[in-house]
Amino acid sequence: MEGAVIAEPAKAAIAPSTRPLIRVKAIAKTYQNGTLALSDVDLAVRDGEFLSLLGPSGCGKSTLLRMIAGLGAPTSGIIDWPQANYDVRGEPDRHLGFVFQEPTLMPWATVFDNVAMPLTLTGMRRSELTGRVDEAIAMVGLEKFAKHYPRELSGGMKMRVSIARALVVRPRVLLMDEPFAALDEITRFKLNNDLLTLWQTQRWTVIFVTHSVYESVYLSNRIAVMSARPGRILTELKIDAPYPRTEAFRTSTVYNEFCRVTSAELKRAMPAGEDH
Amino acid sequence: MSVTGVTGDSPSRAWRIVIPILLGILFLGLWEFLVRWLQIPKFVLPPPSMIVDALTEDYGTLIASLWNTLKITGMAFVVAVVLGVTGAILFTQSRLFEMSLFPYAVVLQVTPIVSIAPFILIWVGLDHIERALLILATIVAFFPILSNTTLGMKSVDHNLLNLFDLYHASRWQRLRYLQLPSAMPYLLGGMKISGGLALIGAVVAEFVAGSGTGTGLAWRIIESSNRLNIPRMFAALVLLSVLGVMIFFGLSALETMLLRKWHESAVGREN
Ligand SMILES: Nc1ncnc2c1ncn2[C@@H]1O[C@H](COP(=O)(O)OP(=O)(O)OP(=O)(O)O)[C@@H](O)[C@H]1O
Ligand SMILES: [Mg+2]
Repeated sequence: MEGAVIAEPAKAAIAPSTRPLIRVKAIAKTYQNGTLALSDVDLAVRDGEFLSLLGPSGCGKSTLLRMIAGLGAPTSGIIDWPQANYDVRGEPDRHLGFVFQEPTLMPWATVFDNVAMPLTLTGMRRSELTGRVDEAIAMVGLEKFAKHYPRELSGGMKMRVSIARALVVRPRVLLMDEPFAALDEITRFKLNNDLLTLWQTQRWTVIFVTHSVYESVYLSNRIAVMSARPGRILTELKIDAPYPRTEAFRTSTVYNEFCRVTSAELKRAMPAGEDH
Repeated sequence: MSVTGVTGDSPSRAWRIVIPILLGILFLGLWEFLVRWLQIPKFVLPPPSMIVDALTEDYGTLIASLWNTLKITGMAFVVAVVLGVTGAILFTQSRLFEMSLFPYAVVLQVTPIVSIAPFILIWVGLDHIERALLILATIVAFFPILSNTTLGMKSVDHNLLNLFDLYHASRWQRLRYLQLPSAMPYLLGGMKISGGLALIGAVVAEFVAGSGTGTGLAWRIIESSNRLNIPRMFAALVLLSVLGVMIFFGLSALETMLLRKWHESAVGREN
Protein backbone atom coordinates (compact mmCIF):
# COMPACT_ATOMS: atom_id res chain seq x y z
CA MET A 1 0.00 0.00 0.00
CA GLU A 2 2.78 2.41 1.00
CA GLY A 3 4.71 1.56 -2.14
CA ALA A 4 1.80 2.25 -4.39
CA VAL A 5 1.27 5.70 -2.99
CA ILE A 6 4.91 6.66 -3.36
CA ALA A 7 5.35 5.16 -6.79
CA GLU A 8 2.70 7.12 -8.59
CA PRO A 9 2.12 10.55 -7.15
CA ALA A 10 3.11 12.32 -10.38
CA LYS A 11 0.73 10.39 -12.57
CA ALA A 12 -2.05 10.78 -10.11
CA ALA A 13 -1.53 14.51 -10.00
CA ILE A 14 -1.62 14.86 -13.77
CA ALA A 15 -4.62 12.71 -14.49
CA PRO A 16 -6.54 11.80 -11.36
CA SER A 17 -9.44 10.44 -13.37
CA THR A 18 -7.29 7.64 -14.80
CA ARG A 19 -6.26 6.45 -11.38
CA PRO A 20 -8.01 3.10 -11.01
CA LEU A 21 -10.49 2.44 -8.27
CA ILE A 22 -9.10 -1.02 -7.59
CA ARG A 23 -5.71 -2.33 -8.59
CA VAL A 24 -4.98 -6.04 -8.58
CA LYS A 25 -1.27 -6.64 -8.88
CA ALA A 26 0.37 -10.02 -9.54
CA ILE A 27 -2.11 -11.95 -7.47
CA ALA A 28 -1.68 -15.65 -6.87
CA LYS A 29 -3.85 -17.83 -4.68
CA THR A 30 -3.07 -21.31 -3.48
CA TYR A 31 -5.71 -22.96 -1.31
CA GLN A 32 -4.73 -24.93 1.78
CA ASN A 33 -5.28 -28.24 -0.01
CA GLY A 34 -2.65 -27.20 -2.56
CA THR A 35 -5.02 -26.11 -5.33
CA LEU A 36 -3.45 -23.28 -7.28
CA ALA A 37 -6.56 -21.28 -8.14
CA LEU A 38 -5.04 -18.09 -9.53
CA SER A 39 -1.59 -17.23 -10.78
CA ASP A 40 -0.29 -13.84 -11.74
CA VAL A 41 -3.54 -11.93 -12.13
CA ASP A 42 -3.27 -8.26 -13.03
CA LEU A 43 -6.31 -6.09 -13.31
CA ALA A 44 -7.23 -2.48 -12.93
CA VAL A 45 -10.82 -1.55 -12.28
CA ARG A 46 -11.78 1.97 -13.27
CA ASP A 47 -14.21 4.15 -11.43
CA GLY A 48 -17.73 3.77 -12.76
CA GLU A 49 -17.08 1.02 -15.27
CA PHE A 50 -19.02 -2.16 -15.82
CA LEU A 51 -16.43 -4.90 -15.93
CA SER A 52 -17.21 -8.55 -16.55
CA LEU A 53 -15.01 -11.46 -15.56
CA LEU A 54 -15.59 -14.22 -18.05
CA GLY A 55 -14.01 -17.63 -17.86
CA PRO A 56 -14.51 -21.37 -17.73
CA SER A 57 -15.90 -23.03 -14.63
CA GLY A 58 -13.36 -23.46 -11.87
CA CYS A 59 -10.90 -20.87 -13.23
CA GLY A 60 -10.96 -18.81 -10.06
CA LYS A 61 -13.50 -16.08 -10.81
CA SER A 62 -15.21 -16.42 -7.44
CA THR A 63 -11.84 -16.59 -5.71
CA LEU A 64 -10.74 -13.35 -7.35
CA LEU A 65 -13.99 -11.56 -6.59
CA ARG A 66 -13.87 -12.60 -2.94
CA MET A 67 -10.33 -11.36 -2.57
CA ILE A 68 -11.27 -8.03 -4.10
CA ALA A 69 -13.95 -7.81 -1.42
CA GLY A 70 -11.32 -8.53 1.22
CA LEU A 71 -12.56 -12.05 1.93
CA GLY A 72 -9.43 -14.16 2.10
CA ALA A 73 -5.99 -12.81 1.42
CA PRO A 74 -4.02 -13.59 -1.74
CA THR A 75 -1.05 -15.90 -1.30
CA SER A 76 1.11 -13.33 -3.07
CA GLY A 77 0.59 -10.00 -4.76
CA ILE A 78 -1.53 -7.11 -3.56
CA ILE A 79 -4.92 -5.60 -4.12
CA ASP A 80 -5.15 -1.94 -3.35
CA TRP A 81 -7.79 0.73 -3.52
CA PRO A 82 -5.91 3.89 -4.52
CA GLN A 83 -8.92 6.17 -4.05
CA ALA A 84 -10.12 4.78 -0.74
CA ASN A 85 -9.31 5.80 2.80
CA TYR A 86 -7.54 3.13 4.77
CA ASP A 87 -8.49 2.58 8.40
CA VAL A 88 -6.11 1.78 11.25
CA ARG A 89 -6.15 -1.93 10.49
CA GLY A 90 -5.06 -1.23 6.92
CA GLU A 91 -8.53 -2.01 5.58
CA PRO A 92 -9.71 0.17 2.73
CA ASP A 93 -13.11 1.72 3.01
CA ARG A 94 -14.65 -0.27 0.16
CA HIS A 95 -18.33 0.64 0.22
CA LEU A 96 -19.37 -2.48 -1.52
CA GLY A 97 -22.31 -4.70 -2.09
CA PHE A 98 -21.59 -8.36 -2.72
CA VAL A 99 -23.85 -10.89 -4.38
CA PHE A 100 -22.60 -14.40 -3.68
CA GLN A 101 -22.87 -17.20 -6.21
CA GLU A 102 -25.36 -18.92 -3.88
CA PRO A 103 -28.23 -16.87 -2.43
CA THR A 104 -26.71 -17.16 1.08
CA LEU A 105 -29.83 -16.15 2.97
CA MET A 106 -30.56 -16.70 6.63
CA PRO A 107 -33.32 -19.34 6.62
CA TRP A 108 -34.74 -18.18 9.95
CA ALA A 109 -35.27 -14.60 8.80
CA THR A 110 -37.91 -13.15 6.49
CA VAL A 111 -37.03 -11.51 3.19
CA PHE A 112 -37.30 -8.14 4.90
CA ASP A 113 -34.96 -9.11 7.73
CA ASN A 114 -32.48 -10.68 5.33
CA VAL A 115 -32.32 -7.54 3.23
CA ALA A 116 -32.15 -5.37 6.35
CA MET A 117 -29.21 -7.26 7.84
CA PRO A 118 -26.35 -5.14 6.40
CA LEU A 119 -28.01 -2.01 7.77
CA THR A 120 -28.75 -3.67 11.11
CA LEU A 121 -25.05 -4.47 11.33
CA THR A 122 -24.18 -0.80 10.94
CA GLY A 123 -26.29 -0.18 14.04
CA MET A 124 -29.30 1.32 12.32
CA ARG A 125 -32.56 1.01 14.19
CA ARG A 126 -35.53 -0.69 12.61
CA SER A 127 -37.52 2.50 12.31
CA GLU A 128 -34.69 4.13 10.37
CA LEU A 129 -34.02 1.32 7.96
CA THR A 130 -37.53 0.35 6.90
CA GLY A 131 -37.71 2.85 4.05
CA ARG A 132 -34.42 1.81 2.53
CA VAL A 133 -35.16 -1.88 2.87
CA ASP A 134 -38.56 -1.52 1.20
CA GLU A 135 -36.91 0.45 -1.57
CA ALA A 136 -34.29 -2.26 -2.16
CA ILE A 137 -36.93 -5.00 -2.14
CA ALA A 138 -38.97 -3.00 -4.65
CA MET A 139 -35.93 -2.68 -6.93
CA VAL A 140 -35.90 -6.45 -7.40
CA GLY A 141 -39.68 -6.66 -7.59
CA LEU A 142 -40.37 -8.67 -4.45
CA GLU A 143 -42.64 -6.23 -2.59
CA LYS A 144 -45.29 -8.90 -2.13
CA PHE A 145 -42.85 -11.32 -0.53
CA ALA A 146 -41.29 -9.15 2.17
CA LYS A 147 -42.79 -11.23 4.96
CA HIS A 148 -41.99 -14.62 3.43
CA TYR A 149 -39.23 -16.97 4.50
CA PRO A 150 -36.51 -18.05 2.03
CA ARG A 151 -37.83 -21.59 1.85
CA GLU A 152 -41.05 -20.25 0.39
CA LEU A 153 -39.24 -18.64 -2.55
CA SER A 154 -38.05 -20.02 -5.87
CA GLY A 155 -34.34 -20.18 -6.67
CA GLY A 156 -34.50 -17.04 -8.79
CA MET A 157 -36.44 -15.13 -6.15
CA LYS A 158 -33.85 -16.03 -3.52
CA MET A 159 -31.19 -14.65 -5.79
CA ARG A 160 -33.14 -11.43 -6.13
CA VAL A 161 -33.34 -11.15 -2.35
CA SER A 162 -29.59 -11.52 -2.29
CA ILE A 163 -29.26 -8.71 -4.85
CA ALA A 164 -31.58 -6.48 -2.82
CA ARG A 165 -29.39 -7.11 0.21
CA ALA A 166 -26.36 -5.93 -1.76
CA LEU A 167 -28.18 -2.80 -2.96
CA VAL A 168 -29.58 -1.77 0.42
CA VAL A 169 -26.24 -0.38 1.57
CA ARG A 170 -26.18 1.98 -1.46
CA PRO A 171 -22.79 0.66 -2.50
CA ARG A 172 -20.21 2.42 -4.61
CA VAL A 173 -18.91 -0.87 -5.92
CA LEU A 174 -21.11 -3.81 -6.69
CA LEU A 175 -19.49 -7.23 -6.91
CA MET A 176 -21.75 -9.86 -8.41
CA ASP A 177 -20.91 -13.54 -8.74
CA GLU A 178 -23.07 -15.05 -11.49
CA PRO A 179 -26.18 -13.46 -10.02
CA PHE A 180 -28.52 -14.40 -12.87
CA ALA A 181 -27.24 -17.88 -13.66
CA ALA A 182 -30.25 -19.56 -12.07
CA LEU A 183 -32.87 -17.47 -13.84
CA ASP A 184 -34.97 -18.07 -16.91
CA GLU A 185 -34.05 -16.07 -19.98
CA ILE A 186 -36.94 -13.60 -19.80
CA THR A 187 -36.35 -12.73 -16.16
CA ARG A 188 -32.67 -12.60 -16.82
CA PHE A 189 -33.08 -10.10 -19.68
CA LYS A 190 -35.34 -8.01 -17.51
CA LEU A 191 -32.89 -7.99 -14.64
CA ASN A 192 -30.03 -7.24 -17.07
CA ASN A 193 -31.91 -4.15 -18.18
CA ASP A 194 -32.82 -3.18 -14.62
CA LEU A 195 -29.22 -3.57 -13.58
CA LEU A 196 -28.00 -1.40 -16.46
CA THR A 197 -30.53 1.29 -15.65
CA LEU A 198 -29.56 1.28 -12.00
CA TRP A 199 -25.89 1.29 -12.90
CA GLN A 200 -26.33 4.37 -15.05
CA THR A 201 -28.38 6.28 -12.52
CA GLN A 202 -26.47 5.24 -9.41
CA ARG A 203 -23.00 5.50 -10.99
CA TRP A 204 -21.80 2.29 -9.44
CA THR A 205 -18.69 0.45 -10.42
CA VAL A 206 -19.72 -3.11 -11.19
CA ILE A 207 -17.58 -6.23 -11.35
CA PHE A 208 -19.77 -8.94 -12.77
CA VAL A 209 -18.75 -12.58 -12.91
CA THR A 210 -20.43 -14.66 -15.57
CA HIS A 211 -19.82 -17.56 -17.85
CA SER A 212 -22.23 -16.28 -20.46
CA VAL A 213 -20.63 -14.56 -23.44
CA TYR A 214 -23.95 -12.96 -24.41
CA GLU A 215 -24.61 -11.55 -20.99
CA SER A 216 -21.13 -10.13 -20.61
CA VAL A 217 -21.25 -8.41 -24.01
CA TYR A 218 -24.69 -6.99 -23.38
CA LEU A 219 -23.78 -5.48 -20.03
CA SER A 220 -20.13 -4.52 -19.98
CA ASN A 221 -17.80 -1.71 -20.92
CA ARG A 222 -15.02 -4.20 -20.70
CA ILE A 223 -14.63 -7.95 -20.44
CA ALA A 224 -11.67 -9.63 -18.81
CA VAL A 225 -11.38 -13.15 -20.18
CA MET A 226 -9.75 -15.58 -17.78
CA SER A 227 -7.89 -18.76 -18.64
CA ALA A 228 -8.67 -22.17 -17.20
CA ARG A 229 -7.17 -22.97 -13.79
CA PRO A 230 -4.80 -21.62 -12.65
CA GLY A 231 -6.67 -18.50 -13.70
CA ARG A 232 -4.98 -15.53 -15.35
CA ILE A 233 -6.40 -12.63 -17.27
CA LEU A 234 -5.94 -13.76 -20.85
CA THR A 235 -7.29 -10.73 -22.71
CA GLU A 236 -9.33 -7.68 -22.05
CA LEU A 237 -11.99 -6.76 -24.56
CA LYS A 238 -13.48 -3.31 -24.81
CA ILE A 239 -17.17 -3.36 -25.71
CA ASP A 240 -17.42 -0.01 -27.40
CA ALA A 241 -21.16 0.35 -27.76
CA PRO A 242 -23.13 3.24 -26.36
CA TYR A 243 -25.51 3.05 -23.40
CA PRO A 244 -28.41 2.88 -22.82
CA ARG A 245 -28.40 -0.53 -24.36
CA THR A 246 -31.81 -1.94 -25.07
CA GLU A 247 -33.34 -5.03 -26.60
CA ALA A 248 -32.54 -3.53 -30.01
CA PHE A 249 -28.85 -3.87 -29.15
CA ARG A 250 -29.31 -7.59 -28.55
CA THR A 251 -30.33 -8.11 -32.16
CA SER A 252 -27.85 -5.71 -33.77
CA THR A 253 -24.96 -6.86 -35.95
CA VAL A 254 -22.52 -4.97 -33.71
CA TYR A 255 -23.63 -7.07 -30.78
CA ASN A 256 -23.25 -10.27 -32.74
CA GLU A 257 -19.79 -9.31 -33.85
CA PHE A 258 -18.75 -8.59 -30.25
CA CYS A 259 -20.17 -11.94 -29.20
CA ARG A 260 -18.27 -13.73 -31.96
CA VAL A 261 -14.95 -12.16 -30.96
CA THR A 262 -15.57 -12.81 -27.27
CA SER A 263 -16.50 -16.43 -27.91
CA ALA A 264 -13.31 -16.92 -29.86
CA GLU A 265 -11.28 -15.52 -26.96
CA LEU A 266 -13.12 -17.68 -24.47
CA LYS A 267 -12.46 -20.74 -26.60
CA ARG A 268 -8.75 -20.02 -26.36
CA ALA A 269 -9.17 -19.86 -22.57
CA MET A 270 -10.56 -23.37 -22.34
CA PRO A 271 -8.24 -26.11 -21.17
CA ALA A 272 -6.65 -28.07 -24.00
CA GLY A 273 -8.32 -31.36 -24.90
CA GLU A 274 -11.74 -30.34 -23.63
CA ASP A 275 -14.67 -29.25 -25.73
CA HIS A 276 -16.12 -26.87 -23.22
CA MET B 1 -57.55 -28.41 3.39
CA SER B 2 -58.25 -30.20 0.15
CA VAL B 3 -60.38 -33.25 -0.53
CA THR B 4 -57.38 -35.53 -0.42
CA GLY B 5 -56.46 -34.00 2.93
CA VAL B 6 -59.75 -35.20 4.40
CA THR B 7 -59.92 -38.62 2.84
CA GLY B 8 -56.26 -39.53 2.73
CA ASP B 9 -54.58 -37.77 5.56
CA SER B 10 -56.70 -37.44 8.71
CA PRO B 11 -57.73 -41.11 9.09
CA SER B 12 -54.08 -42.10 9.20
CA ARG B 13 -53.44 -39.43 11.80
CA ALA B 14 -56.34 -40.71 13.90
CA TRP B 15 -55.08 -44.25 13.55
CA ARG B 16 -51.71 -43.14 14.81
CA ILE B 17 -53.36 -42.39 18.14
CA VAL B 18 -55.96 -45.15 18.16
CA ILE B 19 -53.65 -48.06 17.38
CA PRO B 20 -51.23 -47.52 20.28
CA ILE B 21 -54.16 -47.04 22.66
CA LEU B 22 -55.84 -50.24 21.49
CA LEU B 23 -52.55 -52.06 21.81
CA GLY B 24 -52.13 -50.70 25.35
CA ILE B 25 -55.62 -51.81 26.38
CA LEU B 26 -55.01 -55.24 24.91
CA PHE B 27 -51.72 -55.52 26.78
CA LEU B 28 -53.21 -54.44 30.11
CA GLY B 29 -56.16 -56.80 29.63
CA LEU B 30 -53.86 -59.71 28.94
CA TRP B 31 -51.75 -58.81 31.98
CA GLU B 32 -54.81 -58.64 34.23
CA PHE B 33 -56.10 -61.93 32.87
CA LEU B 34 -52.82 -63.85 33.16
CA VAL B 35 -52.09 -62.64 36.68
CA ARG B 36 -55.53 -63.74 37.86
CA TRP B 37 -55.57 -66.97 35.90
CA LEU B 38 -52.08 -68.09 36.96
CA GLN B 39 -52.72 -66.76 40.47
CA ILE B 40 -49.43 -64.87 40.60
CA PRO B 41 -48.99 -63.37 44.09
CA LYS B 42 -49.40 -59.60 44.19
CA PHE B 43 -45.93 -59.00 45.65
CA VAL B 44 -44.44 -60.56 42.52
CA LEU B 45 -46.61 -58.97 39.87
CA PRO B 46 -49.78 -57.09 40.79
CA PRO B 47 -52.54 -56.84 38.16
CA PRO B 48 -53.16 -53.39 36.60
CA SER B 49 -56.38 -52.94 38.55
CA MET B 50 -54.46 -53.17 41.82
CA ILE B 51 -51.95 -50.60 40.59
CA VAL B 52 -54.81 -48.23 39.81
CA ASP B 53 -56.16 -48.84 43.30
CA ALA B 54 -52.78 -48.01 44.79
CA LEU B 55 -52.66 -44.85 42.72
CA THR B 56 -56.00 -43.62 43.99
CA GLU B 57 -55.40 -44.70 47.57
CA ASP B 58 -52.04 -42.97 47.98
CA TYR B 59 -52.89 -40.18 45.61
CA GLY B 60 -51.81 -37.43 48.03
CA THR B 61 -48.33 -38.72 48.86
CA LEU B 62 -47.63 -39.84 45.32
CA ILE B 63 -48.57 -36.48 43.81
CA ALA B 64 -46.44 -34.69 46.39
CA SER B 65 -43.52 -36.92 45.45
CA LEU B 66 -44.21 -36.36 41.77
CA TRP B 67 -44.10 -32.64 42.38
CA ASN B 68 -40.75 -32.91 44.19
CA THR B 69 -39.21 -34.94 41.41
CA LEU B 70 -40.60 -32.57 38.80
CA LYS B 71 -39.17 -29.61 40.71
CA ILE B 72 -35.66 -31.08 40.82
CA THR B 73 -35.86 -32.17 37.19
CA GLY B 74 -37.13 -28.81 35.99
CA MET B 75 -34.56 -26.81 37.91
CA ALA B 76 -31.73 -29.08 36.81
CA PHE B 77 -32.89 -28.77 33.23
CA VAL B 78 -33.01 -24.98 33.34
CA VAL B 79 -29.58 -24.77 34.96
CA ALA B 80 -28.20 -27.24 32.41
CA VAL B 81 -29.56 -25.19 29.50
CA VAL B 82 -28.14 -21.96 30.91
CA LEU B 83 -24.74 -23.50 31.63
CA GLY B 84 -24.64 -25.46 28.38
CA VAL B 85 -25.47 -22.48 26.18
CA THR B 86 -23.07 -20.25 28.10
CA GLY B 87 -20.37 -22.88 27.72
CA ALA B 88 -21.03 -23.19 24.00
CA ILE B 89 -20.82 -19.43 23.58
CA LEU B 90 -17.50 -19.33 25.44
CA PHE B 91 -16.19 -22.25 23.39
CA THR B 92 -17.00 -20.62 20.09
CA GLN B 93 -15.60 -17.25 21.14
CA SER B 94 -12.27 -18.60 22.21
CA ARG B 95 -10.36 -21.67 21.08
CA LEU B 96 -8.37 -21.49 24.29
CA PHE B 97 -11.50 -21.94 26.37
CA GLU B 98 -12.60 -24.89 24.35
CA MET B 99 -9.19 -26.53 24.37
CA SER B 100 -8.82 -26.23 28.10
CA LEU B 101 -12.37 -26.95 29.27
CA PHE B 102 -13.88 -29.40 26.83
CA PRO B 103 -11.91 -32.43 28.08
CA TYR B 104 -13.29 -31.85 31.57
CA ALA B 105 -16.82 -31.63 30.26
CA VAL B 106 -16.23 -35.02 28.64
CA VAL B 107 -14.81 -36.48 31.84
CA LEU B 108 -17.88 -35.30 33.71
CA GLN B 109 -20.08 -36.81 31.03
CA VAL B 110 -18.49 -40.25 30.90
CA THR B 111 -18.14 -40.76 34.64
CA PRO B 112 -21.19 -42.71 35.82
CA ILE B 113 -23.40 -40.48 37.91
CA VAL B 114 -23.90 -43.15 40.59
CA SER B 115 -20.19 -43.05 41.33
CA ILE B 116 -20.08 -39.27 41.70
CA ALA B 117 -23.24 -39.11 43.76
CA PRO B 118 -21.76 -40.12 47.13
CA PHE B 119 -19.08 -37.42 46.85
CA ILE B 120 -21.55 -34.71 45.99
CA LEU B 121 -23.76 -35.86 48.88
CA ILE B 122 -20.90 -35.60 51.31
CA TRP B 123 -19.61 -32.28 49.98
CA VAL B 124 -22.92 -30.51 49.69
CA GLY B 125 -23.98 -31.93 52.99
CA LEU B 126 -26.47 -34.59 53.89
CA ASP B 127 -28.72 -31.91 55.31
CA HIS B 128 -29.10 -30.35 51.84
CA ILE B 129 -30.19 -33.43 49.92
CA GLU B 130 -32.25 -31.39 47.47
CA ARG B 131 -29.23 -29.33 46.49
CA ALA B 132 -27.19 -32.47 45.94
CA LEU B 133 -29.92 -33.97 43.77
CA LEU B 134 -30.08 -30.75 41.76
CA ILE B 135 -26.33 -30.77 41.16
CA LEU B 136 -26.31 -34.41 40.12
CA ALA B 137 -29.26 -34.08 37.75
CA THR B 138 -27.63 -30.99 36.24
CA ILE B 139 -24.37 -32.84 35.61
CA VAL B 140 -26.26 -35.53 33.73
CA ALA B 141 -28.35 -33.10 31.69
CA PHE B 142 -25.64 -30.59 30.89
CA PHE B 143 -23.51 -32.31 28.28
CA PRO B 144 -25.95 -32.77 25.36
CA ILE B 145 -26.80 -29.07 25.56
CA LEU B 146 -23.16 -28.07 25.54
CA SER B 147 -22.04 -30.33 22.71
CA ASN B 148 -25.09 -29.80 20.51
CA THR B 149 -25.08 -26.04 20.86
CA THR B 150 -21.35 -25.87 20.21
CA LEU B 151 -21.79 -27.96 17.07
CA GLY B 152 -24.68 -25.77 15.94
CA MET B 153 -22.76 -22.56 16.44
CA LYS B 154 -19.90 -23.95 14.41
CA SER B 155 -22.14 -25.10 11.58
CA VAL B 156 -22.92 -21.59 10.39
CA ASP B 157 -22.92 -21.27 6.60
CA HIS B 158 -19.46 -19.92 5.85
CA ASN B 159 -20.77 -17.59 3.16
CA LEU B 160 -23.00 -15.98 5.77
CA LEU B 161 -19.95 -15.54 7.96
CA ASN B 162 -18.26 -13.90 4.97
CA LEU B 163 -21.22 -11.62 4.58
CA PHE B 164 -20.99 -10.59 8.22
CA ASP B 165 -17.25 -9.96 7.82
CA LEU B 166 -17.95 -7.84 4.78
CA TYR B 167 -20.11 -5.51 6.83
CA HIS B 168 -17.71 -5.52 9.77
CA ALA B 169 -20.08 -7.23 12.18
CA SER B 170 -18.91 -7.22 15.78
CA ARG B 171 -18.52 -10.45 17.74
CA TRP B 172 -21.70 -9.70 19.56
CA GLN B 173 -23.63 -9.10 16.33
CA ARG B 174 -22.31 -12.29 14.81
CA LEU B 175 -23.39 -14.18 17.90
CA ARG B 176 -26.80 -12.55 18.15
CA TYR B 177 -27.83 -12.54 14.50
CA LEU B 178 -25.99 -15.52 13.08
CA GLN B 179 -24.55 -18.11 15.44
CA LEU B 180 -27.35 -18.37 17.97
CA PRO B 181 -30.16 -18.63 15.39
CA SER B 182 -28.13 -21.23 13.45
CA ALA B 183 -27.64 -23.22 16.64
CA MET B 184 -31.33 -23.15 17.54
CA PRO B 185 -32.30 -26.50 15.94
CA TYR B 186 -29.28 -28.16 17.52
CA LEU B 187 -30.04 -26.64 20.93
CA LEU B 188 -33.64 -27.83 20.77
CA GLY B 189 -32.49 -31.32 19.79
CA GLY B 190 -30.13 -31.28 22.76
CA MET B 191 -32.92 -30.12 25.04
CA LYS B 192 -35.08 -33.09 24.10
CA ILE B 193 -32.29 -35.43 25.18
CA SER B 194 -31.44 -33.41 28.27
CA GLY B 195 -35.02 -33.23 29.50
CA GLY B 196 -35.12 -37.00 29.78
CA LEU B 197 -31.64 -37.14 31.24
CA ALA B 198 -32.49 -34.57 33.91
CA LEU B 199 -35.31 -36.82 35.07
CA ILE B 200 -33.07 -39.89 35.05
CA GLY B 201 -30.43 -37.91 36.95
CA ALA B 202 -32.92 -36.78 39.56
CA VAL B 203 -34.19 -40.33 40.09
CA VAL B 204 -30.79 -42.01 40.16
CA ALA B 205 -29.45 -39.40 42.56
CA GLU B 206 -32.36 -39.97 44.88
CA PHE B 207 -31.80 -43.70 44.77
CA VAL B 208 -28.19 -43.20 45.78
CA ALA B 209 -29.05 -40.65 48.44
CA GLY B 210 -31.36 -43.26 49.90
CA SER B 211 -32.34 -42.66 53.54
CA GLY B 212 -35.55 -41.08 54.75
CA THR B 213 -34.90 -37.48 53.74
CA GLY B 214 -35.78 -38.10 50.13
CA THR B 215 -39.35 -37.31 49.18
CA GLY B 216 -39.36 -37.78 45.41
CA LEU B 217 -40.83 -40.62 43.41
CA ALA B 218 -37.59 -42.59 43.60
CA TRP B 219 -37.88 -42.62 47.34
CA ARG B 220 -41.49 -43.81 47.09
CA ILE B 221 -40.25 -46.72 44.99
CA ILE B 222 -37.53 -47.67 47.49
CA GLU B 223 -39.89 -47.29 50.41
CA SER B 224 -42.66 -49.35 48.78
CA SER B 225 -40.15 -52.01 47.83
CA ASN B 226 -38.86 -52.23 51.41
CA ARG B 227 -42.43 -52.72 52.60
CA LEU B 228 -43.15 -55.18 49.83
CA ASN B 229 -45.94 -52.85 48.69
CA ILE B 230 -45.44 -53.79 45.05
CA PRO B 231 -48.64 -52.18 43.68
CA ARG B 232 -47.56 -48.81 45.06
CA MET B 233 -44.11 -49.34 43.62
CA PHE B 234 -45.69 -49.81 40.23
CA ALA B 235 -47.90 -46.78 40.78
CA ALA B 236 -44.82 -44.59 41.41
CA LEU B 237 -43.18 -46.09 38.35
CA VAL B 238 -46.20 -45.26 36.20
CA LEU B 239 -46.08 -41.66 37.40
CA LEU B 240 -42.37 -41.47 36.55
CA SER B 241 -43.02 -42.70 33.02
CA VAL B 242 -45.88 -40.27 32.56
CA LEU B 243 -43.62 -37.47 33.72
CA GLY B 244 -40.88 -38.51 31.29
CA VAL B 245 -43.31 -38.73 28.39
CA MET B 246 -44.75 -35.33 29.22
CA ILE B 247 -41.31 -33.76 29.32
CA PHE B 248 -40.48 -35.25 25.95
CA PHE B 249 -43.69 -34.15 24.27
CA GLY B 250 -43.53 -30.72 25.86
CA LEU B 251 -40.05 -30.14 24.48
CA SER B 252 -41.04 -31.57 21.09
CA ALA B 253 -43.93 -29.12 20.97
CA LEU B 254 -41.57 -26.27 21.85
CA GLU B 255 -39.25 -27.38 19.05
CA THR B 256 -42.02 -27.48 16.49
CA MET B 257 -43.28 -24.10 17.61
CA LEU B 258 -39.91 -22.40 17.29
CA LEU B 259 -38.75 -24.04 14.06
CA ARG B 260 -42.09 -24.35 12.26
CA LYS B 261 -41.42 -21.31 10.09
CA TRP B 262 -38.06 -22.25 8.66
CA HIS B 263 -36.31 -25.44 9.63
CA GLU B 264 -36.63 -28.58 7.52
CA SER B 265 -37.21 -30.72 10.61
CA ALA B 266 -40.38 -28.86 11.51
CA VAL B 267 -41.95 -27.64 8.29
CA GLY B 268 -44.52 -29.77 6.53
CA ARG B 269 -43.38 -31.32 3.28
CA GLU B 270 -45.42 -30.38 0.28
CA ASN B 271 -43.25 -31.81 -2.44
N1 LIG C 1 -12.08 -23.40 -0.22
C1 LIG C 1 -11.41 -24.00 -1.22
N2 LIG C 1 -10.47 -24.92 -0.93
C2 LIG C 1 -9.78 -25.52 -1.91
N3 LIG C 1 -9.93 -25.27 -3.21
C3 LIG C 1 -10.86 -24.38 -3.57
C4 LIG C 1 -11.65 -23.70 -2.59
N4 LIG C 1 -12.48 -22.87 -3.23
C5 LIG C 1 -12.23 -23.03 -4.54
N5 LIG C 1 -11.25 -23.92 -4.75
C6 LIG C 1 -10.69 -24.33 -6.04
O1 LIG C 1 -10.21 -23.17 -6.68
C7 LIG C 1 -10.57 -23.17 -8.04
C8 LIG C 1 -11.29 -21.92 -8.39
O2 LIG C 1 -12.52 -21.90 -7.71
P1 LIG C 1 -13.59 -20.75 -7.93
O3 LIG C 1 -14.76 -21.05 -7.08
O4 LIG C 1 -12.93 -19.44 -7.74
O5 LIG C 1 -13.97 -20.98 -9.47
P2 LIG C 1 -15.02 -20.21 -10.38
O6 LIG C 1 -14.25 -19.64 -11.53
O7 LIG C 1 -15.82 -19.27 -9.59
O8 LIG C 1 -15.91 -21.41 -10.92
P3 LIG C 1 -17.47 -21.43 -11.26
O9 LIG C 1 -17.67 -20.69 -12.54
O10 LIG C 1 -17.77 -22.87 -11.42
O11 LIG C 1 -18.18 -20.81 -10.12
C9 LIG C 1 -11.38 -24.42 -8.29
O12 LIG C 1 -10.59 -25.34 -9.00
C10 LIG C 1 -11.71 -24.96 -6.93
O13 LIG C 1 -11.57 -26.36 -6.93
MG1 LIG D 1 -17.74 -19.25 -8.95
